[in-house]
Amino acid sequence: MEAGRATAPRNRLAVAGARSTTEAMLRNQLRGDVIRNAVFAGLLLFAVAIALAGLLALVIQAFAEGSSALSRSLITNPPSTAFPEKAGYRPAIIGSLQLIGGVMLFVVPVGIGAALYLEEYADSSRWWNRLIEVSIQNLAAVPSIIYGILGLAFIVRGPLDLGFILAAGSLTLALLVLPMVIIASREALRAVPDSIRQGSLALGATQWQTIRTQVLPASVPGIATGVILAVSRALGETAPLLLVGATVFVTFDPTPFGTDGYSAMPVQIFNYALRPQEEFQALAAAGILVMLVVLLAMNSFAIWLRNRYEQRW
Amino acid sequence: MLQAEGKRYGERAIKWLLALCASLSVLTTTAIVISLIGPAIGFFEIVPADEFFFGVDWTPQFEPPSFGVLSIVAGTLNVTLWGMLFAIPVGLGSAVYLSEYASPRVRRTVKPALEVLAGIPTVAIGFFAVSFILPEIIVPLWPDGLLGGAAGKPFLALAAGLGIGLMVVPIIASMSDDAMRAVPRGLHEGAYALGATKAKVATKVIFPAALSGIVASIVLAISRAVGETMIVVLAAGSTPKFTLNPVESIQAMTSYIATTATGDISTGSVDYKSVFAVGTVLFAMTLVMNVVSIRLVRKYREVYE
Repeated sequence: MEAGRATAPRNRLAVAGARSTTEAMLRNQLRGDVIRNAVFAGLLLFAVAIALAGLLALVIQAFAEGSSALSRSLITNPPSTAFPEKAGYRPAIIGSLQLIGGVMLFVVPVGIGAALYLEEYADSSRWWNRLIEVSIQNLAAVPSIIYGILGLAFIVRGPLDLGFILAAGSLTLALLVLPMVIIASREALRAVPDSIRQGSLALGATQWQTIRTQVLPASVPGIATGVILAVSRALGETAPLLLVGATVFVTFDPTPFGTDGYSAMPVQIFNYALRPQEEFQALAAAGILVMLVVLLAMNSFAIWLRNRYEQRW
Repeated sequence: MLQAEGKRYGERAIKWLLALCASLSVLTTTAIVISLIGPAIGFFEIVPADEFFFGVDWTPQFEPPSFGVLSIVAGTLNVTLWGMLFAIPVGLGSAVYLSEYASPRVRRTVKPALEVLAGIPTVAIGFFAVSFILPEIIVPLWPDGLLGGAAGKPFLALAAGLGIGLMVVPIIASMSDDAMRAVPRGLHEGAYALGATKAKVATKVIFPAALSGIVASIVLAISRAVGETMIVVLAAGSTPKFTLNPVESIQAMTSYIATTATGDISTGSVDYKSVFAVGTVLFAMTLVMNVVSIRLVRKYREVYE
């Protein structure tokens, strides 16, 4: 009965395919099919071309507008409204580095811990474990601005009451990307075959010893890839930071707990992009170029890591 | 054996610690709901619910203010509609190409390129929408005078829509590609053996077989589009209008939240509370779509894996 239910849709599809092909043959439509086939393939290629052209145009546009502002002072100078030709991203870059540092401090232990619980310990037929799974899947798709509201009402004010400090922004971003880390880590853990666990347990290791010495080391590349992708998402995220305090025009180097305000790379880009003058538009575009280079490097490293160290069992 | 394990307090402590990490996700969900609902209830003590849910004027800065959320819901739907009209054909076309047509070598280059597109910060896409899509694509191509014309306007719902479309193309392409690749090889081979062309196999066999996964990808993409902030803030403007006209400047729910709840807003004000009321509507809309999408993915996994 189980097998019958699974194959019924396949059979139905197979029959539908067979019918439409046979009908076409009977009506002698095969010549038309050849043309239609070519047109269809052309349309698909066109769709891919549009998507790739969009990506290419975005990069070229950023370069065309931003190349005039590319210089060393872009990285070493603070922002300035009076002298756009000397303005830069220094506090924003330092702020972003601290933000993602905090994100990693939080999501690496908590994300891996949650993934270990769900994959190695949890009985997924229990309702509370299913509740955890569904809430992780949903949190992964909650709009980032909602995390901003959470950060504002729960972390900056309310129960945690940290104030508008960089650490509050960092915690908000950490909660935002935590589901990504958990989902990627679970996949990495699931890829370790059960025979490894059983072998270890049979030799007398406890469950935690098995995890620590066998399962975790084998899944490090997959987990690291997930963490890098999550951090690069946190690095590019703007909207929640607007709500938890990173709006100030900061001209000094921010600190994690300083109450004078902080900035982040994408927020500073946003700030420049809002100003209509050409110099600021160029600064925004140059900032986007810097971010794209950093993100591309991170993503390439993640993909390389996955391909280089992925274990085949 | 069980007895021995039971006495290992360290092992049990570790299990509980890990369970605590996992339960943080439920705590986060709860915290989101609590932080939205509290001030939202406070908002409805000041503004009548029927004005909020059925009003079409969103003018919080006027005296007296009007809080008709339909105006900014329409803004969100306006942008989402045009974005999806672009993203669904492009995303699905790319997915069918990747899973059915592309050689392994082409696939190895196109798929990472789409992943790069997925990783581009939305502030960069917003900047691209307002400084390239709007002046270089929409204004030259839009017919003169149609729906009021596009020329000379600094913000357009359509510009933000196309930006958002570009943003969600990788979601649709990659999730639909996964769904179509999960369809058993036997279905392809059976259809080819009967003499079906590639286009027939793709449209009559693989596409319907992967339909629940494809719909899931579209629903998730809509949810992302509805929740996107930076692109609409930069490209769609901030003038609430109850319209689906693509060549108007509008305000979306997310851009109201992002431009209102910044730094110096005072905690008790109606404006502050209205942010949470709008946030509740946004959260509810995306929650429904996320749950639908999660269910649909589970459905195709059950059938084929």
